[in-house]
Amino acid sequence: MPENALPKLEVKTALAAASGNAAPLIEIKKLSLFYGQAQALKNISLSIRERVVTAFIGPSGCGKSTLLRCLNRMNDLIDGVRIEGSVRIGQHDIYAPDVDVIELRKRVGMVFQKSNPFPKSIYDNVAYGLRIQGVKNKSDLDAAVEQSLRGAALWDEVKDRLHTSALGLSGGQQQRLCIARAIAVKPEIVLMDEPASALDPIATARVEDLILELKRDFTIVIVTHNMQQATRISDDTAFFYMGELIEAGPTQKIFTNPRQKRTEDYVTGRFG
Amino acid sequence: MNPIPPTGMIIPTEPGRHFRAGKFDFWSFFFSGLTGLATLLILAILAVLLGNIIINGWPNLSWHFVSTIPRKDFFDPATTGVLPMIIGTTIRVFVMTIFVLPIGVITAIYLTEYAPTDSMLTRIIRAAVNNLAGVPSIVFGLFGLGFFINFIGRNLDEFLQNPGPVWGQPAVLWASLTLAVMTLPVVIVATEESLKAIPLGLREASLALGATKLETICKVVLPQALPGIMTGGILAVSRAAGEVAPILFTGVAYYMASLPSKLSDQFMDLGYHVFVLSTQSPDIERTRPILYATVLVLLLLTFALNFVAILIRARVRKKLRALG
Repeated sequence: MPENALPKLEVKTALAAASGNAAPLIEIKKLSLFYGQAQALKNISLSIRERVVTAFIGPSGCGKSTLLRCLNRMNDLIDGVRIEGSVRIGQHDIYAPDVDVIELRKRVGMVFQKSNPFPKSIYDNVAYGLRIQGVKNKSDLDAAVEQSLRGAALWDEVKDRLHTSALGLSGGQQQRLCIARAIAVKPEIVLMDEPASALDPIATARVEDLILELKRDFTIVIVTHNMQQATRISDDTAFFYMGELIEAGPTQKIFTNPRQKRTEDYVTGRFG
Repeated sequence: MNPIPPTGMIIPTEPGRHFRAGKFDFWSFFFSGLTGLATLLILAILAVLLGNIIINGWPNLSWHFVSTIPRKDFFDPATTGVLPMIIGTTIRVFVMTIFVLPIGVITAIYLTEYAPTDSMLTRIIRAAVNNLAGVPSIVFGLFGLGFFINFIGRNLDEFLQNPGPVWGQPAVLWASLTLAVMTLPVVIVATEESLKAIPLGLREASLALGATKLETICKVVLPQALPGIMTGGILAVSRAAGEVAPILFTGVAYYMASLPSKLSDQFMDLGYHVFVLSTQSPDIERTRPILYATVLVLLLLTFALNFVAILIRARVRKKLRALG
């Protein structure tokens, strides 16, 4: 695909220049993904900087969620998925045969579109990942649960009801609980798949504030349908269309001065 | 201004068009009546059945009757009792449950969580499970005789160098295992349904936190599926408690002077005793009261076994709802 080669080179230089950071944390190279015969991702190359918020935008079905799920290999769970190319996180190709997927997912946490707390207590939800890792000491768990809930800006609302069911929380609280659960295992990267799409504007604002807080400690990749949200919270933006990466760069540039016509049409709401 | 528009502004309906009921819709009436009648028929049958048993059985029920081990001639209403049959039926249902639940649940976990969806093997297993459910119960009895007693039991005797047949003869263990094979499809299907009902999001949440598949199944999926699995167990108990055919060749005794004390003992059974009382009695008129009473005891025992299982399930549900 010679016509694709040029913009992709530009993408990488753009991101590297913006970061001033030579080695990006995540390096996606020539990634293609197939569901059986259908190709969902087409030869995608993209670098993601450390401790910034990178937004994936694009119309439904453009492959942005699929790409997100490549970063912690959640696509492995789907029958008939085939992946070509490579994804490097730090020094490691996460699709190399010797990679421990379990270890990878401890380093790359995920928050889903629909909040999915376990039907357990608030405490047990947050402690789940740590208990899986073998943490048994109660004071360690207590400390980690409090720290994570504070990190997710939920502590003050739930500190008196830690041992009641998580399902009794409101939608926005449940989503922040899922964020607390994800950061409790201290990942380096947090993937968020439209984390606020099912929330009302007030709950959305709280989650967005939280994301801005979290980028001090975590590298965040967020899929969003909400253009304003992307401009509010992300530093870098990648625009996808029909399984291809059309353009990526600093968010401000993508939204004010994109190189590609299709990007401009999308961010100005002419299609999508 | 008057907010209600003058009548003239309402769009007039076409002449001759109105919303009053048209002519009598015979087929609607007929069909709704038919469904109602069918339901009524079921209720009537149930009422006659239960009513007949309760009215004729209740007066003959006594503490003596349910707590006595009868003599060999158990057709005498004054001295007979059904204690060994109550115990025998209860034991075989419990032993069956101990076997059928783990095997059925593990099979269902394989089918829903591990087996590749729509592979040839999976389809064959599912077809086998469904066919198992359609096999007549007497065939299970013959299978139990051939497989458990003649094959496993006899080889076990040989292996253990027993002087005479210990396991190579009808026993409560073999009867229970035969019932377990018969009720396996019930447990598998109920468990599969409850596993499938667990949202994908919960599994993904667990896996995304670095849990293995096994950890996800044990800590997230199974606790949620527990009430559904227990429903399968309840259905299996209901089905097995009244079954006679599968135990005919595999463990039930016409008469035993003492209660069973080992898994290799034979046992007396309520369902089979009903059959014996109604076919082997020298004087059917004289035996009839105890026949009714025995049937009533069988019904009550089945209800009681179900009730216990439902109580346990309710407790599990409550616990799940409160915490998890």
